[in-house]
Amino acid sequence: MNKHLLSSEDLTADDIATLFATAAEMHDVQRREVKKLPALRGRTIINLFFEDSTRTRSSFEIAGKWLSADTINITGKGSSASKGESLRDTVLTIASMGVDAVVMRHGASGAAQQVSQWVDAAVVNAGDGTHEHPTQALLDAYALSRHFGDGGRLGSLEGRHVVLVGDLTHSRVFRSNVITLTRLGAQVTVVAPPTLMPAGIASWSSSAGFATSYDLDEVLPKADAVMMLRVQKERMSGGFFPTSREYTVGYGLTRDRLRVLGPEVPICHPGPMNRGLEIAADAADAAQSLILEQVSAGVAVRMSVLYHLLAGEGTA
Amino acid sequence: MPATTEPAVGPPGRTVLDARDIARALTRISHEILERNKGHEGLVLLGVPTRGVGLAQRIAARIAETEGVTIPVGALDITLYRDDLRRHPARAPQPTAIPAGGIDQKTVVLVDDVLYSGRTVRAALDALADIGRPAVVRLAVLVDRGHRELPIRADHVGKNLPSARSERVMVRLEETDGLDVVRIADSPDAARPTEEVAR
Amino acid sequence: MTHQPVIVRGASLLGEQTADVLLVDGVVAEVGTARVDAPSDARVVEADGLVLLPGLVDLHTHLREPGREDAETVRTGSAAAARGGYTAVLAMANTSPVTDTAEAAERVHALGRAAGIVDVQPVGAVTKGLRGEELAELGLMARSRAGVRVFSDDGKCVADARVMRRALEYVKAFGGVVSQHAQEPTLAGATACCHEGELSGRLGLPGWPGVAEEVIVARDVMLARHTGSRVHVAHASTAGTVEVLRWAKSLGIQVTAEVTPHHLLLTTDLLGGYDPTFKVNPPLRPAEDVEALRDALADGTIDAVATDHAPHARHDKEHAFVDAAFGMLGLETALGVVASVMVSSGRMGWGDVARVMSTRPAEIAGLAGRGDQGHGRPVAVGEPANLTLVDPAASVVVDRDDSASLSRNNPWHGRTLTAAVRATFLRGTPTVLDGQLVEIGATTEGSLT
Repeated sequence: MNKHLLSSEDLTADDIATLFATAAEMHDVQRREVKKLPALRGRTIINLFFEDSTRTRSSFEIAGKWLSADTINITGKGSSASKGESLRDTVLTIASMGVDAVVMRHGASGAAQQVSQWVDAAVVNAGDGTHEHPTQALLDAYALSRHFGDGGRLGSLEGRHVVLVGDLTHSRVFRSNVITLTRLGAQVTVVAPPTLMPAGIASWSSSAGFATSYDLDEVLPKADAVMMLRVQKERMSGGFFPTSREYTVGYGLTRDRLRVLGPEVPICHPGPMNRGLEIAADAADAAQSLILEQVSAGVAVRMSVLYHLLAGEGTA
Repeated sequence: MPATTEPAVGPPGRTVLDARDIARALTRISHEILERNKGHEGLVLLGVPTRGVGLAQRIAARIAETEGVTIPVGALDITLYRDDLRRHPARAPQPTAIPAGGIDQKTVVLVDDVLYSGRTVRAALDALADIGRPAVVRLAVLVDRGHRELPIRADHVGKNLPSARSERVMVRLEETDGLDVVRIADSPDAARPTEEVAR
Repeated sequence: MTHQPVIVRGASLLGEQTADVLLVDGVVAEVGTARVDAPSDARVVEADGLVLLPGLVDLHTHLREPGREDAETVRTGSAAAARGGYTAVLAMANTSPVTDTAEAAERVHALGRAAGIVDVQPVGAVTKGLRGEELAELGLMARSRAGVRVFSDDGKCVADARVMRRALEYVKAFGGVVSQHAQEPTLAGATACCHEGELSGRLGLPGWPGVAEEVIVARDVMLARHTGSRVHVAHASTAGTVEVLRWAKSLGIQVTAEVTPHHLLLTTDLLGGYDPTFKVNPPLRPAEDVEALRDALADGTIDAVATDHAPHARHDKEHAFVDAAFGMLGLETALGVVASVMVSSGRMGWGDVARVMSTRPAEIAGLAGRGDQGHGRPVAVGEPANLTLVDPAASVVVDRDDSASLSRNNPWHGRTLTAAVRATFLRGTPTVLDGQLVEIGATTEGSLT
């Protein structure tokens, strides 16, 4: 594994297998009364969140704490540019406090990669703009592997047809997921109206080996798993789609589509959900929904990532 | 990870225990455990991966033969509790499997292949404390090679094997390596502080 | 001020015939294929194997003074220009304050004269404060001592069609030209920073589609036809723009265009590592666009190479990619890039280089007809002695720290370029000799570097 986790591209299939095996052990720890492991005692992890995200930040914070690391949260609203300080200065000021890892969320694509070139600490990308969110993709794939496995033993995603639906253009979850899922052998189809598909997706999908579609109803009956992505209502003002009603009819996981899906196909959503827009309440709360499993998987996967990046030699 | 590519002749060095010696030692340890516990009541065997798990299962099998009961066997991985994590590349932890009945108020016997510095046992005790509160913890090892760095001793020992720090003690078991043998050899890597090199 | 005469011996004029050229009192006094006798006090410049070009003229330079003297000053930018072989540069109006009045234009002009390294010709803003709403004092800037002829809101597009139409009409009165930064803001907004395509999609960077440039170029050539005025397209960057230009020129519409050195060589894929050094506006384009731009430059569809030299302080580039400043250095490397891309490949000769880097830019900017203050003139007796001496065989590894600019946002760092400027003469006075800046007598305070 590399020193940093910046992109899902950084992880080979073997790396992912190792991370998942460790995550499974970490997952078991969550059921104990004493959840703390001493593996990262004496290590300092900064959760540097330029963009607010209670969910991801608390997940990383718990992961760090359960591994006995000292975790510190720094939340800075807005870009450093608006405060007149360069990103490099901001980050060097923080990193020079002797930290071992910087878990970073930033509203700008590529920010974590840039920061990794400036600091000695290991950098974990906890979401950069509309680029990537590699730990989210790991936890999604992990939750699916558990679902397709048997009694806590992880199943294979080889050949499983995973359908991602929603605002692909603005989704870092989509970008990371498509990389991780295809690396694990899953067959991926992404579905969105043309205005919410990123530029150049035709050539990208053909070189990266995933499929695209504008027609959810055509794809859904062939799905082994469905992942609904958040659609922000603000996108309507950008002319990406006319009304939320029209979006739901075309691309929402409605009650009717839930019926088409059947009771076995797992449903994922990275959160936060817009109930009634991209996902009907019935679907979100259905027995086949993995949404809460995703959250507990998130802590296990992040413990695994922090452990593998920080426990061994070569780390500061 | 099973070392399936290991040739059946095993590692180089002088053989100190062959398959028959190992079998005898385990039988003796099984009897000692029962004797010390005054029966099989409340016994739980926890092997320390990798090779301690196989040894624990063999001991359980012998107890089953003698007593006609199946006692709980599990695995206790100590990777995350090691005090030398920083000195090596991070390794993936191996499964920890605690038997269904848990360990609270039980007599837990930790089983490992080689006792050396005592650091693995220290880590195992820490790990155990995070999982529950046994009434008693005992330690069974196939080989005690000395050179303790911590105030720890084994309750049940298959063989006391005086060794130099510069030597390597290599345990190979059927389950993981395809043959049963314990050998000792000069180590090219004498300063190695861990108690067994094959872990 | 009297000049020391200069005799340039054995230079190849525009890469063709070899001659001695004598420079006396700021003009070319003699050009001879046979040995020319020089006055005894003349400085002798041995130019065996070197190519003599008319001094280069840059239609598009950002000098940052006034307002951001930490990134560049008129003096340091002039020094970088001279090192790049330039004798005249057009200083863009997006300074702070904006060059949108006669006073502001005269100030930049005077700073240039005081530095005395190249002629600094201010570009006036088209609209007040570059806001795109009301016309700036175009006429007063034209009448000022600066004699402004090129107007541009560069950095921003004159997006409002009505404002653009009025500007085109208005500048006809004094032979001005509007240089348009073609970027339809509703198609490529302020955050657009990566060519829209697979890479922008993968990187999650706001896309800057070529069509946002092309629709403005298409609109503006129609406005130029309608108004009978002249429009200039700054930093053309796409194959589509080239098609529109070719069509408009075939109809006789008065349109000219420039391309930057970076759009002739660098491609979108350099953005893969999110290095803001490669963030520029318009963005680096794919290889197909680069190829079309080279063709257009060779066949004259694109008239000129202009640097869009855009110095930035280090901290303005050390932001997240979308937040970092747009722009890259260009003055010191432009000739090397053009030589590497166009001359080494045999697509252009040195005469063509003179055309696209000196003659045509000077004509577009209205500098060619200014008598003894003129630029882009032939190397001929009686012409102003603005000249550049180039070693066509040199091979130079670009080092960003070897620069007269105050800034280091150099996308060429580490690259090997062909050809090097050996000497530059501004009205007969050497500003660069042996590739090194010359201290400029009375007006120089301290070292230029």
